[in-house]
Amino acid sequence: MPLLDVKKMTHYFGGLRAVHDYHLSIEPGQIRGLIGPNGAGKTTIFNLLTGIHKPTEGEILLDGNSLVGLFPHQIAALGLGRTFQNLCLWRHMTVLEHVMLARYARLDYGLVGAFFGTAKRQRQEAESEIVARKLLRMLGIEDLAEQNVLNLSYGNQRRVEMARALATEPKILFLDEPTAGMTPEELIQMMAIIRQVHAELGLAIFLIEHRLKMVMELCEQIQTLVFGEVIAEGTPEEIQNNPQVIEAYLGKETLH
Amino acid sequence: MANDMLSGTPPAGALRSSWRRLTAPVPLMGWLLGSLGAALLELAAGGAVAGLLGLDKIPLLFGFLIAFKQPLAIPGVLAYDILVYLLPVLLVGRLSAPPVNRLVAALYRLPLVVSVLVHLGLLYAALHLWSGVSDYRVLMLNLMLIAIMLTLSLNLINGYMGEFSCSHPGFMALGAYAASIFSLVLFVDDRIFGQALLPAAAGPWLFPVALVAGGAMAAVGALVIAIPSFRTRGDYLAIISLAFLFIVKSMIENLELVGGPRGLGGQPGYAGLTTVFIWCVLCIWIINNFVRSTLGKALNAVRDDELAAEAMTIDTRRTKMTAFMFGAFWAGIAGGLYAHVLQHVTPASFDLRMLAEMLAMVYFGGLNSVYGSIVGALSLSVLSEALRPLELIKWIFIPLLLILVMIFRPRGLIAFKEFNVRDIVKPKA
Repeated sequence: MPLLDVKKMTHYFGGLRAVHDYHLSIEPGQIRGLIGPNGAGKTTIFNLLTGIHKPTEGEILLDGNSLVGLFPHQIAALGLGRTFQNLCLWRHMTVLEHVMLARYARLDYGLVGAFFGTAKRQRQEAESEIVARKLLRMLGIEDLAEQNVLNLSYGNQRRVEMARALATEPKILFLDEPTAGMTPEELIQMMAIIRQVHAELGLAIFLIEHRLKMVMELCEQIQTLVFGEVIAEGTPEEIQNNPQVIEAYLGKETLH
Repeated sequence: MANDMLSGTPPAGALRSSWRRLTAPVPLMGWLLGSLGAALLELAAGGAVAGLLGLDKIPLLFGFLIAFKQPLAIPGVLAYDILVYLLPVLLVGRLSAPPVNRLVAALYRLPLVVSVLVHLGLLYAALHLWSGVSDYRVLMLNLMLIAIMLTLSLNLINGYMGEFSCSHPGFMALGAYAASIFSLVLFVDDRIFGQALLPAAAGPWLFPVALVAGGAMAAVGALVIAIPSFRTRGDYLAIISLAFLFIVKSMIENLELVGGPRGLGGQPGYAGLTTVFIWCVLCIWIINNFVRSTLGKALNAVRDDELAAEAMTIDTRRTKMTAFMFGAFWAGIAGGLYAHVLQHVTPASFDLRMLAEMLAMVYFGGLNSVYGSIVGALSLSVLSEALRPLELIKWIFIPLLLILVMIFRPRGLIAFKEFNVRDIVKPKA
């Protein structure tokens, strides 16, 4: 059974059909990519799957449980972690606080613990800090733990986002253009990080990318989305040679 | 330092660094001992010093009160403040620093609660002695401590959570009336509520219950606001909460059962300085615990980026509702204390002016900061008292101050600073 199974998902924004008849199935540990020109509806698909929008039609199953109609925080707690295209960091918090906060659903000391600082709270917060620091070490930003996120370089901010998403203990990690705005060196580092995360944690990864090089190297299976519809699906080679994909990206060749 | 002054004005930097050298080795306990010394000195010789300086009585609030009434007395008052407060505090603090540091270090090795209790005990002793001089000071201190509770609980909503709530005086009124009714029905032979149901001797013991009932009442009020306004993000809360404030006020004004616009009086005087002090400390402790926990930090996440907070498993709606009700609860407690301190409440006092004062305390002191709330509440309470002789013109000064703060320090004096008790009671050097 696939880990994530999406069937016939369609979504309208008012009269605008943003996503049409979308299918997706991700096996545990698989890396899949979603590419497509600007405005194709890639981020909308992420938002539908993570519960920010509710799909007009269709079903989304994670481990056999339907996600349609759940709140985003419930979906996240069930194991669907994500990063954002335009960094969504909390601007008054340190790196460590970011990662620890993402452990929210794993804490159960409740309001009593929060109000009175019980031993249970101390223990859980300490455990949470250990997990957070481990993730920061894995992403190579442990020495920045006490820094405010705004003081970090763009590349490091991306890493914080990744660490934060990993702290929710996802089964599938959704990465929304993780290399947007990065320099070529940062891009190479990010690819190494994604590979490392995949290897060490054995997560499934679902990746939206603009840079084809990255998707082609990382993903086993790629979907191409144009105007909310999947026009091609297959291995990187198949996608690269698909005339429809080439047309979507480069336009049609016209003979005069 | 006196020599520096005589030999021409030194650069501000040099003055500041010598001040720092002077005060750096003094731990908090040193300052508390100094304050205790100053309070004792005032008790023993305050009247005599005031007489020598040509003042007709001890300046009740460091002379802030007479500054506007009798400008000629200002030099005398300044001299009094220096002789009775500043010098003893500095002398005792500085001279006792080495042994006190050793004592503080010894306490610091014990569980934190010991250090904290010792410090609080000293603080209370100093306040108790200082306020023993006149009833006015007791009242003033009580109101200041209540102001701290109100400011802190409002900061939770407006600062930590980043929503704009205007209903705090309404919550306070709910707490004040609920607690008053509890006390009056049970323990007082009253014109409105009839014979007391329980012996009056049990009253002080059940006072916490009265306060918590007031807090719970305010929290229920908060729930009523929270359900419609936290469905979506935006300015709804500001508008709905403002409406709520007016609804509460006019509801009380029209309820003859609780005295209508004349208000409700005759509350027993359960809220002495000790009680108010303990509740204020509790409030600071619990709120500070909350905002430093992951559950409390979730508020900051909701404020800074709600979408990201949801994606990171934070139940944003529940978080907002909880914090809003929690803030209202403490406003209710503060209201209950307020009613029992003044022993009379009228609905007219919970008005926009009170809201303006609370907002000024929060924004002046600093958003997202327990320190800021304490400093804001204390400084604006004193300022407000000092400006009282100006009557209505006072209401030009306080908003003006707020505007200046917004221009020069948009986030307030001490914003975004963690209140870490362990650091405060640490020995110096």
